[in-house]
Amino acid sequence: MEHLMTNITHEYLRTKKKFPSVWCAGCGIGIAFGAVIRAVDELKLPKDEICMVSGIGCSSRIPVYADFNTLHTTHGRPLAFATGVKFAKPELKVITITGDGDGLAIGGNHFIHACRRNIDITTVLINNSTYGMTGGQLSPSTPYEKRATTAPYGNVERGFDPCDLAKSAGAVFVARGTVYHVTQLQKLIKKAILKKGFSLVEVISQCPTIYGRLNREGNAVQMMTWQKEHAVSVEAARRMPSDKLKDKFLTGVLWDIEFPEYVEEYEKVIARSQGKGG
Amino acid sequence: MQHKREIGKLRLLQGNIACALGALVAKVEFFGGYPITPSTEIAEYLARELPKQGGKFIQMEDEIASISAVIGASLAGVKAMTATSGPGFSLMQENIGYAYMAEVPCVIVNVQRGGPSTGLPTKVSQSDTMQTRWGTHGDYHAIALAPSSVKECFDLTVRAFNLSEKYRTPVILLLDEVIGHMKEIVELAEPEEVKVAKRWKPTVPPEWYQHFEINPHFVSPMASFGEGYRYNVTGLTHDPLGFPTARPDEIKNKLDKLKNKIEHNINDIVQVKEEFMEDATSAVFAYGSTARAAQQAVRMARHKRIKVGLIQPLTIWPFPDVYMEHLSEKLDLILVCELNQGQLLGEVMRTSCGKARIRGLHRYDGELLTPDQIFRRFREVR
Repeated sequence: MEHLMTNITHEYLRTKKKFPSVWCAGCGIGIAFGAVIRAVDELKLPKDEICMVSGIGCSSRIPVYADFNTLHTTHGRPLAFATGVKFAKPELKVITITGDGDGLAIGGNHFIHACRRNIDITTVLINNSTYGMTGGQLSPSTPYEKRATTAPYGNVERGFDPCDLAKSAGAVFVARGTVYHVTQLQKLIKKAILKKGFSLVEVISQCPTIYGRLNREGNAVQMMTWQKEHAVSVEAARRMPSDKLKDKFLTGVLWDIEFPEYVEEYEKVIARSQGKGG
Repeated sequence: MQHKREIGKLRLLQGNIACALGALVAKVEFFGGYPITPSTEIAEYLARELPKQGGKFIQMEDEIASISAVIGASLAGVKAMTATSGPGFSLMQENIGYAYMAEVPCVIVNVQRGGPSTGLPTKVSQSDTMQTRWGTHGDYHAIALAPSSVKECFDLTVRAFNLSEKYRTPVILLLDEVIGHMKEIVELAEPEEVKVAKRWKPTVPPEWYQHFEINPHFVSPMASFGEGYRYNVTGLTHDPLGFPTARPDEIKNKLDKLKNKIEHNINDIVQVKEEFMEDATSAVFAYGSTARAAQQAVRMARHKRIKVGLIQPLTIWPFPDVYMEHLSEKLDLILVCELNQGQLLGEVMRTSCGKARIRGLHRYDGELLTPDQIFRRFREVR
């Protein structure tokens, strides 16, 4: 736990950026941000070689504070921008930060195609089941019957499972963590960064300020306690009867396969076009 | 390399291919696009030719993704472009706006077809002229070039890249279906004869670097991602360091910079071609494919000893305001010919300030204006 106690995160924050951050008290995004930074630090990746790309929303504000090459794009488009960055300059380590609204609603098409292409980008999708920045509207991951300011009588749509979606669309590494289980989260992000190809880490987070109030889920501590009580690691789940798993969600590495990565495949295209075999 | 064999000798080429060749000579290294008629030949040609010189081609999932990838690639340090037509151009508007705001050089080719909506995929039109200037939301200043021949497709593509790099801004190349698909015998410049602009790079140490520095040039040096400068880029209104701001002075400075870098360099950016204008008392104003018919119409009129000239703006945005203001003092009549219901007509009227009579000839049935139609209309309004 020693690494959690140090001020390692401060080394990765921009000194010219004025704090405090945009996030509300009790928000989980800062915890997820810390996990990303510690993963980067443990991997000893040089700051200059990291490009952090995000869209629009609360979670997408992360890159602004991070001392990397940072690209805060338009709503839903971070993976399309990130694809251009990675493809044009493969030596950069590209980490995309997105949220449930940014990544799954307006950016849903880019999300599935980045998975399908299997381009070497690590995506951290912070899922708080709501549009926090605009004030608590319905998101594609808001659970059935939960309330949002645009679903005042309860949500009648089903929520997306981003992990299932990524897996079906062709991602080679899919994992889920929570901001409560922060040590595990950090390890998952580390594995995702090391994985060649498109990797997704879904981070279950809380929005006590809006979503929590609308749905009477209590304060940040109570919402994080919910995460603790409802997360089951894939290893533990194997030993549990299915009726006990009914209201739980799985955490850990959910999917890890090998498939040729896009930029490397395109290197073959270049070689072929120049008549150098293939 | 095949494109090299195709340059520097007489050759039968279509405008779209000349555009792709111009991009290669301008040292494009990245193309991100989505298929759409009548622009697809540009993508197909570059899919084949770009990897031969180590460049990258990617077909994205839609036009929004295409322009996004192009901007990402440009920030990573390569010259990047996309090509599309009206419906795709509409989808791109969101991030064309991002490129203005974040001051990212890139070239967007719009091979115009009829609209609105899906419109006329295989028919000619010039109805995106205003969208090219005002397509995305907010205050911004566009550069758009409009070639009227296969040769100009090549030359203006090179120029589009040069202006884009020089002024750190997206540049739109406005072709139309006829210019894109028309074949002409052309002799293109040898790659070594072509002047290719390089991006202005910072010379200061990283801790002094401001990605959006306010300086007397209104253009800031541009480091690429991965060069040790670690800056922030955002579509939010930002300070010189690239961090979101809500300070009125910083907001104004940013928007002034976007305006001034175009307005203070009008003479460098704007190009207008003239024919028979020395003694002309009236003129035909036309651009793109219409300029070819207009040229023929003007020559027909000259045979009949009518003192008429041709004004063909190669740069349609920024509009040649000062040039047109001066000219309308000398002229009695300007006939504006366009394949739309009247788009640059309004600009000509605005800049003439009532000094010359302005008349229009507008065709929007998917067909070209003919020299005869222009000549007849000219006689009618003269």
